Amino acid sequence: MAQIFHRSTNTISKVTIYGAVFIIAGLGYLIFAVGQSPYYTDVNVARQQPVPFSHKHHVTDDGIDCRYCHTTVEKSPFAGVPTTHICMSCHSKLWLNSSMLEPVRASYASDRSLEWTRVNAVPDFVYFDHSIHVNKGIGCTTCHGPIGEMPLTYRANTLYMRWCIDCHKHPERHVRRREDVFKADYVEPPNQLELGAQLVKEYKIKEPKIITDCYTCHR
Amino acid sequence: MNSKPKPGKPLDLVQIQTKLEQSPEKRVWRGLQELAQTPEYRDFAECEFPHDPRADSQGVSRRNALKLMGASAALAGLTACTKMPTEKIVPYAQQQPEDFIPGKPLFYATAMPLAGYATGLLVESHMGRPTKIEGNPSHPASLGSANAITQASVLTLYDPDRAQVVVYNGRIGDWSRFLTFMDTTRAEILATKGAGLRILTGMVTSPSLADQIHTVLAMYPQAKWYQYEPLNRDNVREGAKLAFGEYVNPVYHLDQAEVIVSLDADFLTAGPGAVRYSRDFADKRRVSSPDSKMNRLYVVESTPTVTGAMADHRLPMCARDVYSFALALSNALAGTTVPIQVKAPTDWIPALVRDLTNHRGASLVVAGEQQPPYVHALAHGMNAVLGNVGRTVHYTDPVEANPVNAVESLKALVGEMRAGQVETLLIMGVNPVYNTPADLNFRDNLLKVRTRIHLGLYEDETAVQCNWHIPEAHYLESWGDAQAYDGTTTILQPLIAPLYNGKSAHEILAILAGNAGATSHDIVRAYWQGQKKGQDFEQFWQTSLNDGVVADSALPPKTVKFVSVPATSDLGTTGGGKMEIVFRPDPFVGDGSFSNNGWLQELPKPLTKLTWDNAALISPLSARELGVTNGDVVKINVNDARVAPVEAPIWITPGHADDSMTLHLGYGRRRAGHVGTGLGFNAYLLTTTDGLCIRRATVEKTGKTYELVATQHHHIMGKEGEDREEETVAALQRNLIRAATIDEYSKDPETFHEREEEQGPSLYNWNSYRGNAWGMAIDMNSCIGCGACMVACQSENNIAVVGKEQVRRGREMHWIRVDSYFEGGLENPAVYNQPVPCMHCENAPCEYVCPVGATVHSPEGLNEMVYNRCVGTRYCSNNCPYKVRRFNFELWSDWTTESLKPLRNPDVTVRSRGVMEKCTYCIQRINRVKIAAEKEDREIQDGEIVPACQQTCPAQAIVFGNINDPNSRVAKLKAQTRNYSLLADLNTKPRTTYLGKLRNPNPEIKE
Repeated sequence: MAQIFHRSTNTISKVTIYGAVFIIAGLGYLIFAVGQSPYYTDVNVARQQPVPFSHKHHVTDDGIDCRYCHTTVEKSPFAGVPTTHICMSCHSKLWLNSSMLEPVRASYASDRSLEWTRVNAVPDFVYFDHSIHVNKGIGCTTCHGPIGEMPLTYRANTLYMRWCIDCHKHPERHVRRREDVFKADYVEPPNQLELGAQLVKEYKIKEPKIITDCYTCHR
Repeated sequence: MNSKPKPGKPLDLVQIQTKLEQSPEKRVWRGLQELAQTPEYRDFAECEFPHDPRADSQGVSRRNALKLMGASAALAGLTACTKMPTEKIVPYAQQQPEDFIPGKPLFYATAMPLAGYATGLLVESHMGRPTKIEGNPSHPASLGSANAITQASVLTLYDPDRAQVVVYNGRIGDWSRFLTFMDTTRAEILATKGAGLRILTGMVTSPSLADQIHTVLAMYPQAKWYQYEPLNRDNVREGAKLAFGEYVNPVYHLDQAEVIVSLDADFLTAGPGAVRYSRDFADKRRVSSPDSKMNRLYVVESTPTVTGAMADHRLPMCARDVYSFALALSNALAGTTVPIQVKAPTDWIPALVRDLTNHRGASLVVAGEQQPPYVHALAHGMNAVLGNVGRTVHYTDPVEANPVNAVESLKALVGEMRAGQVETLLIMGVNPVYNTPADLNFRDNLLKVRTRIHLGLYEDETAVQCNWHIPEAHYLESWGDAQAYDGTTTILQPLIAPLYNGKSAHEILAILAGNAGATSHDIVRAYWQGQKKGQDFEQFWQTSLNDGVVADSALPPKTVKFVSVPATSDLGTTGGGKMEIVFRPDPFVGDGSFSNNGWLQELPKPLTKLTWDNAALISPLSARELGVTNGDVVKINVNDARVAPVEAPIWITPGHADDSMTLHLGYGRRRAGHVGTGLGFNAYLLTTTDGLCIRRATVEKTGKTYELVATQHHHIMGKEGEDREEETVAALQRNLIRAATIDEYSKDPETFHEREEEQGPSLYNWNSYRGNAWGMAIDMNSCIGCGACMVACQSENNIAVVGKEQVRRGREMHWIRVDSYFEGGLENPAVYNQPVPCMHCENAPCEYVCPVGATVHSPEGLNEMVYNRCVGTRYCSNNCPYKVRRFNFELWSDWTTESLKPLRNPDVTVRSRGVMEKCTYCIQRINRVKIAAEKEDREIQDGEIVPACQQTCPAQAIVFGNINDPNSRVAKLKAQTRNYSLLADLNTKPRTTYLGKLRNPNPEIKE
């Protein structure tokens, strides 16, 4: 009886059998890589917005404080996205003829909200609270990245649980002085670990055992 | 009525009785099924979710099982690959409201009118959506608590079955057509001076609404206003009239009463002041040391009620015999010696007389709302004789704007309708086609009216018989005002704009008054502006809205003069037949207004633990005489030509009076909505205008059966692997229920620990807690078993409703349950209510068995459940000795109905299928306070964190706090010798502990 398979299939089968370990490992890596890739995490992907709002321009060029627009960041779990009213506090005087700002003026005139696309999001079973983080000396850029350099806003970090936990285990690596929290151009000092350890004590940041407890974020 | 074959054999009541009599000491039991050891009971005792042959009727072959397993294994990983959906953030366009902080709730004061009477509330609002109802601490009827119905009313607001459109002759109409129609109608009515115009409302306590009605009546002098409530307080009003010659409103001060006699009065749950009365009553029973004193409660009643369960002495007695008891007691107190036949043990009356006279001015006699006016009059008389007036009871003018006898009012209206004198009938906020006495034949007479207009929350039985139906605005959607049991007025403010363009009664009346287009806000505000002339009105308005009460608006005490009450034989017990029928409002569905509320339907009714149905409650002895058992359908014939017999399933209720049957009203709705339609039977069909509360009937067996579902035998705390019978003999030996009399306790403070099993050594003694250690103490001496905590928890924690079929399988989801235990014989057992949330064991058995670490321990001692880790093995639930874990066998949370989404608490995850859940001690509230305290760099104050169950408890039986702080309330309670743990011998070290139940019996009465 004639052979069904060509001789070359022997090689293929050998490679498949002996290479199984590598193939499985490779597949595993692929899944991991996809999970970490911007395709899945949206990191570094600028989102389409009704108005191409530039943090770079407003924060760095104009020097507007974060809290001018994100009014509730110190009081509430939710930092707050500005009302059209806040936009219009300047733009009723500035860039009156800019077509880019037309949706803003339309929103204000018609009392219909602008619908912004959320850039930084955590799943619904995560209860993140902005107010406690800024009160304990965690700066905006620690999570939101170089926001003052973003012409269009993108997510700077995965916001994965592992990423959160890293800081909850070692808050001294990131904590800064309260007065520096809203500085978009803040650069960690060379003695960050030393300063961090001192601030953790000063701000009474709870020990890692307590702030890595599940119910800190999940309920 | 649907009939299904019922598994199992009937309960052998004789055998049960013998067993109870033979047991060597007082035995604590959970129900008749336990005593009879029925197979269904054993199923529930042996496994948490018994094997149910009906559940897997469509069997899966081995081949298919393997296929499914393979497929699910292959696909399991893929579920993690969903990308997070894109979300929108929608801020305000114009300036956002003052004090509005996105992400933080706001609380607004308002009030819920129920049968006219207000309970003050604080409503939690997230981003403009009311989510949770709490009592208003500054409102006298609430003091910060709210009952089950009040709290569940937020679900009614979002009920997708609510009336959403104007209906004209069965078709969708619209509001502008109605306005045009009203224009022409008004012209006609004006021409006849309103001769054919009749207005039917519920009882009105709203000053502004009454003012509007009076304006309308002045405009149309021939028009008439009638008021009807199915749960009317006619007996209370008529009783006062008998006693004092005028309608007055009794207000009780249970905080001043040392000795209370209840004549069939369920004052702890029924009536407009019940929440306040519960608090005052419980305050007089709070025991802080063995030397503390307690009040004493005697209850004479037909139906076992929450109040009866709290009694130190309870006497089951037919409702029709309560009058002679009251008369005998009254005579004895007055010193007259007319012999009266009383169906009570001989030592009762003399003992009561001595106890009452020893507490002149500090005693109280209360008559029940379904008792005839004569009993009320006698109670007023006794309070006068005992010098209680002005101390434990005071009288005020009626709270209603226009107090009338509701039944007489309704009769007059129906008479006019029958005679064809009514041209236009405006029905507002009531459902008379469903809930009026059968002899009035309301529906047929209604159809004789040419123009019928109905304003209601639902397109109900009455709406479909009317030409026009206008959707009513919910009380959380409209402005208004209402008065509480003592006359305190609250101005109701809306929490949300009407979801379905509903209109309030104010707005409808404004149309009649020729003022179409006036909003309820304008009307209410204008009324109060008229009332508060010469004051700073804006300040008055803002203060009243902010506080939730109009300052000093309680009615002043009124001096009344007692006129002696003639003896009577007219006891409102009409009809022939051996069995007495007592009609009572359902504990949770009320008069039927809340039929479509899933929270209230699924809430196990106090003592019977029935869900999703009403039943004919009878005593074990009566059941034996009739030869019936639970679920047997009987035919109830009241022997009245105008009334057809009704079929109802039996529920045997230990402690019920013999030869008496209780029927709960509010069921048998035909047009309630998807949830409530077709549940139970309609007991209104047996009522007549002369037999509204108590009557006689002949009851016969039909041979049919009906499946009733009760949760009484669910979640049994049993011991593994022991003989069930021995083990369930009983809770006392497991020390689940510990009780003593106050005398025993003062003699031996350690009495609650006498039979404690010794705790073995533990391998897990490594837990130590510095800082906060959360714990809870539940005082069984205060708990009245009303179920308010269960609804509070359901509302706060987004707990799903599962339906009757799933409850039958033991799958109800309540995180806190109220177990009832009985002690003693079947005729009159003592009752113990025990709320059971998660125990948050320090050595939690659930944690050791979770293969994926989905339930873990927090450094502050909470037993945590992490939904996103849970894979649904249910090992934790199997290993939980307290049976407090709940599993989502199916997707019970409604994820699709739009109108239910804003109802949910945004601070708590909405659980999906296949996930375990349980009490978290309201972690969202703990975290809220913790974060606030940390931001302010301070310690958390005692009492700052209040779980939902504690906040709403009318009796304040639940206390939560930091047990590491010796000065916290919870630590002080736990330091009492009454404190004990459930199943302490298992070494679980529960954080939730109980304080033993005390009774204060009169030594002169032998049980």
